Amino acid sequence: MASITFREVEGSSLKYWLLFGFFGLFVLFGALAWNYMHHHGHVVTGMDNQIVWGLPHVFAVFLIVAASGALNVASIASVFNKPMYKPLAPLSAVLSLALMLGGLLVLVLDLGRSDRLIVAMTHFNFKSMFTWNVFLYSGFFGLVGVYLWTMLDRSVKTYSKAAGTAAFIWRLVLTTGTGSLFGFLIARELYGTAMLAPMFIIMSFAYGLAVYLMVLAAAYAWTGRTLGDAVMMRLKSLLVVFVAAVLYFVVVHHMTNLYFTKFHAVEAFILRDGGIFTTLFWVGQILVGGVIPLIILLSALGKQRTWIMIACALVILGGVAQMYVTIIGAQAYPLDLFPGLTEKSSFFDGEVHGYSPSMPELFLGLGGVAIALLATTFAVKVLRLLPASLDDATVAKLEH
Amino acid sequence: MSELKSMSDNTPNSPQLESQQRRRFIGAATATAAGLAIAPGVMLYEVAHGRSEDEAVSSAVRWGMLVDATKCATGCNDCVSACSTENGWTSVAESKHPKQAPQWIRKLELQDPLTQMETNLPMMCQHCAEPPCVDVCPTGASFKRADGIVLVNRHTCIGCRYCMMACPYKARSLVHESLNDTQKPDVPRGIGCVEACTLCVQKIDRGDGNTACAEACTAAGHNALLFGDMNDPESEISKRLRELPTKQVRADLNLNLGVRYHGI
Repeated sequence: MASITFREVEGSSLKYWLLFGFFGLFVLFGALAWNYMHHHGHVVTGMDNQIVWGLPHVFAVFLIVAASGALNVASIASVFNKPMYKPLAPLSAVLSLALMLGGLLVLVLDLGRSDRLIVAMTHFNFKSMFTWNVFLYSGFFGLVGVYLWTMLDRSVKTYSKAAGTAAFIWRLVLTTGTGSLFGFLIARELYGTAMLAPMFIIMSFAYGLAVYLMVLAAAYAWTGRTLGDAVMMRLKSLLVVFVAAVLYFVVVHHMTNLYFTKFHAVEAFILRDGGIFTTLFWVGQILVGGVIPLIILLSALGKQRTWIMIACALVILGGVAQMYVTIIGAQAYPLDLFPGLTEKSSFFDGEVHGYSPSMPELFLGLGGVAIALLATTFAVKVLRLLPASLDDATVAKLEH
Repeated sequence: MSELKSMSDNTPNSPQLESQQRRRFIGAATATAAGLAIAPGVMLYEVAHGRSEDEAVSSAVRWGMLVDATKCATGCNDCVSACSTENGWTSVAESKHPKQAPQWIRKLELQDPLTQMETNLPMMCQHCAEPPCVDVCPTGASFKRADGIVLVNRHTCIGCRYCMMACPYKARSLVHESLNDTQKPDVPRGIGCVEACTLCVQKIDRGDGNTACAEACTAAGHNALLFGDMNDPESEISKRLRELPTKQVRADLNLNLGVRYHGI
């Protein structure tokens, strides 16, 4: 196998620092948003006692799911022994760590008492899926960190496969845990199903790869390095499979619910009468996040770099829409305490709950995205993560 | 050897010693029997008259409530007002942010769309024996006391709201803003923490033997709420529960609720 040269991004240009400053600005906005929310309480958000998890959770869960998915490229290289993916692996690991960092920060800064984070680190209830996730997230940082080390330090390179396999298994368990945050809830009709765990895993494959492809292409374009079509086309095909698989899971989930009379009302809400949620489901999740990217990637357009990037951006937008429908849509539909009866109360029983996210929530969420991208931008400057060239000839040599 | 010899001299073979021991045994047995006979009475007295702070609650008791929806009056909100006054939460009508205002108890108006039959009832924490909120709480702040009351430890609640996602009864509220001076010294509350009906735990521990909502309902002459120990077969609530057909809300979830409804 031909060797490949990894080189840091020089990162001294005005463009680099502008990018760095741009992300930094959004991190600052995020910090200010948190400070505002923490000072006044959740009263300044759009969240209430009906919609208890709002936009920050949409961003946080998306980032956490995308984080585990971003690791896939590295897993394909080391776990499944595909040499072509080896040069892509270090960025994959760093990006997954950065996305996880961003997601977790949003999650913990949205707590009613984010100042009590230490309590969450010292008091555990092992029947809680949240507690399991605390360990899964910390373990993810540890394992992916070690994996990255085995990739970057020649003296421990022999352990790379073992570390990569451990990280791969861990990330599958982690996303099972993330899906089960919702899957293990009995109260809401759209949750409480084992479907959510595998569905979140396949979603993580798609979202993580879309983010990875965009970051990879941007890094190579902005540093003037060559990124050949061989790499792009291979990853593009992979994205097609993942996006199609997500659609499959979504169809099975809703078809199963539609078969049960007790779920007809909630399904009608999401699929037909839910206003913004119905729009986000059909237009955001299905069309923008699934059907349109598939058409682009499978048609002649999919041979052009720009269109692949557009498809990736659409998958990401569709993913955010999906999280919005999954997290907020499920809460917007009222709890059915007395099936068959209409309910009315001062606590908004029996009504569809409205939700308008506030600016601080949006900026807290964007702050998480910004910190993930800022960390990645910084990492490619200080670590040898990116091959000097990924032109077709170099990549072809790897395969033989 | 001589020691062994002298010890063997004091063995129960000596008739004097034997009778002493018998007397002691009879005395002890009588005291034990008397203790066993009196203890439940003392226990009940203790339960009914509150307990000292260092005394643990007992699982021999299961506090619960019977809601008779057939007696619950349309438009009456006395239980809600009483709860708000007793526990110091601002009523939703006075709140500047009604959607974000905590509501520990609320009146539900139900109607069967086919028959037009209307039912009124108060809805609050159902004090499940198997509470989903306790299952999901990451820090263990959400907990069930031995006597069946489900509470939130305000010192370890981190405000993650997972319990609110898990509760099938929408019983819990997050405190969304800084609290005003309506707070009560024996009802700790705080911004960013989750809270719900405590079955007036401060009153129970004081030995009042009733909740503010049930007292208010009785005072209004409706008698739709009956609070008591569901484990004590002689309690008023147990007697009524034996006679009246009652239901648990979302009984399909099999959570074994501390609040039972008649007339739903």
